[in-house]
Amino acid sequence: MKLKKRFKSFLVVLIGLLTSLIWIYPFYLVVVNSFKTKAEIFTNTLGLPKKLTLDNYPEAFKELDFIQSFTNSLLISIVSIFLLVVFSSMAAYALSRNRSKLSSFIYFSFAIVILVPFQSIMIPLISIFGKLDMLNRAGLIFMYLGLGSSLAIFLYYGALRSISTSLDEAAIIDGANRFQIYRYIIFPMLKPTTVTVIVLNAIWIWNDYLLPSLVINKEGMYTIPLKVFYFFGEYSKQWHLALAALVIAIIPVIIVYIFLQKYVIKGISEGAIK
Amino acid sequence: MKNTSFSYWAFLAPCLIAIFFSLVLPILIGVYYSFTKYNGFEVSEFVGLENYKKLISDTQFLDSLWFTTKFSVVSVVLINIIGLTLALLVTQKLGKINTIFRTIYFMPNLIGGIILGFIWQFIFLKVFKGIAEFTGLELFDGWLATPETGFWGLVILYIWQMSGYIMVIYISFLNNVPTELIEAASIDGANAWQRFWKVKFHLIAPAFTISLFLTLSNAFKIYDQNMALTNGGPFGKTEMATMNIYNTAFKVQQMGYAQAKAMVFLIIIAVISAIQLYITRKREVDL
Repeated sequence: MKLKKRFKSFLVVLIGLLTSLIWIYPFYLVVVNSFKTKAEIFTNTLGLPKKLTLDNYPEAFKELDFIQSFTNSLLISIVSIFLLVVFSSMAAYALSRNRSKLSSFIYFSFAIVILVPFQSIMIPLISIFGKLDMLNRAGLIFMYLGLGSSLAIFLYYGALRSISTSLDEAAIIDGANRFQIYRYIIFPMLKPTTVTVIVLNAIWIWNDYLLPSLVINKEGMYTIPLKVFYFFGEYSKQWHLALAALVIAIIPVIIVYIFLQKYVIKGISEGAIK
Repeated sequence: MKNTSFSYWAFLAPCLIAIFFSLVLPILIGVYYSFTKYNGFEVSEFVGLENYKKLISDTQFLDSLWFTTKFSVVSVVLINIIGLTLALLVTQKLGKINTIFRTIYFMPNLIGGIILGFIWQFIFLKVFKGIAEFTGLELFDGWLATPETGFWGLVILYIWQMSGYIMVIYISFLNNVPTELIEAASIDGANAWQRFWKVKFHLIAPAFTISLFLTLSNAFKIYDQNMALTNGGPFGKTEMATMNIYNTAFKVQQMGYAQAKAMVFLIIIAVISAIQLYITRKREVDL
């Protein structure tokens, strides 16, 4: 019986390992080929490099304008996510602490607009912000706040419902104002939801291509997905450079993921259940 | 907090303003644009239902909707089967290695559609060609050159990207299955197969609804992967609805017409979501 059980878990681990290998294989192929010369990628795609070359990396790094595009991506993601967290939790707090018809209406409207697909508002969105002269990084961040906050409010609202209002009332008696209550009592209690909001929005905003391509399509403002896209257009037949560029673009994400994987997985699963 | 108080409105204002300008106003203006001839700079003429009449006989648009539907249904089914299998795999009692498996399966989900598309373009064009030359198997030759291989290429890419995500959802439901129930079933003589189908399967039913519709509406909305992998080719045969809308708007500058397509697309997504909500609610009542 024990032997059978052992054999069973051995089999499960084996299946898991094989599946993991299949899952990693695409990454492996890209990494391995990025160390080959242009000619070798054509003659020897499947094997290990016969002669290891590092030349692809400096060139891809330069062509990607990596420092600048990375800084742009980081700046846009961090500012947008910060504003999303602060303003969505505040809005959800106000809605959860005021049980009027008006609040229900606002909450319901927020819940409805979560479902609107980006393509159906893309054209008017660009023309409105174009007329306001806001097709720039500030405009983009403002759009992320608008497009992302309905889901964030929805998540925060769900968490706030389980926080008793007696806490608020006690703090008011102690002389705290609404902002202080939110900042020092409520917001710290929302930490699990904040993790979810950060994770979901980080994956979305960091990787977003379409919206930035319409809003900040200018030299010096490119984010990593935009730069990777243009790079590919120009060097489509130069796989050695293109693959090195892909590796460079993926590395920051993988590093962050390895350190924060626990929070990422937790954030995703809590976001999905609600 | 009274809804006439200053703090109520101060707390709400930033999100209200941002949502108004990025979503509410665009939808309203979008409805208007869909009834006009608009080139991106000025509305030259109000054409009534003309755009909507035109799209009923626009075979490229209808084909793109059909392609999107086919893609969505096939990938949703496969992603859920694979995602659930992976979830069952990593919820076995194996110790620490589970975390490593889970981490690996989820990884592709963090990479953007553009980069994923290019990774797989390399695999289908170069690696598959290498495999074809090495093994002589025709199956691996000429990928992305035909509509069929383009279709399956997109499906494979999307499975790789989304299975880990769906796995995470199933895991959280599987972890909520009470262990007493499973033990009770074991004592009653149920084997692993029966324990899954007779006990777990019923308890994770809500996860199916969530996962099916989440993947369905996400699959309908994909754009980046489509553009980076096939860019609609060959001959627009793998063009999805979102790409058709984008190209109508920004390649041929028929923004009014593109917006009419976008409104149809909005209605399709709304119907899918409404069905989801209805089924989820109904199930909650039944339980």
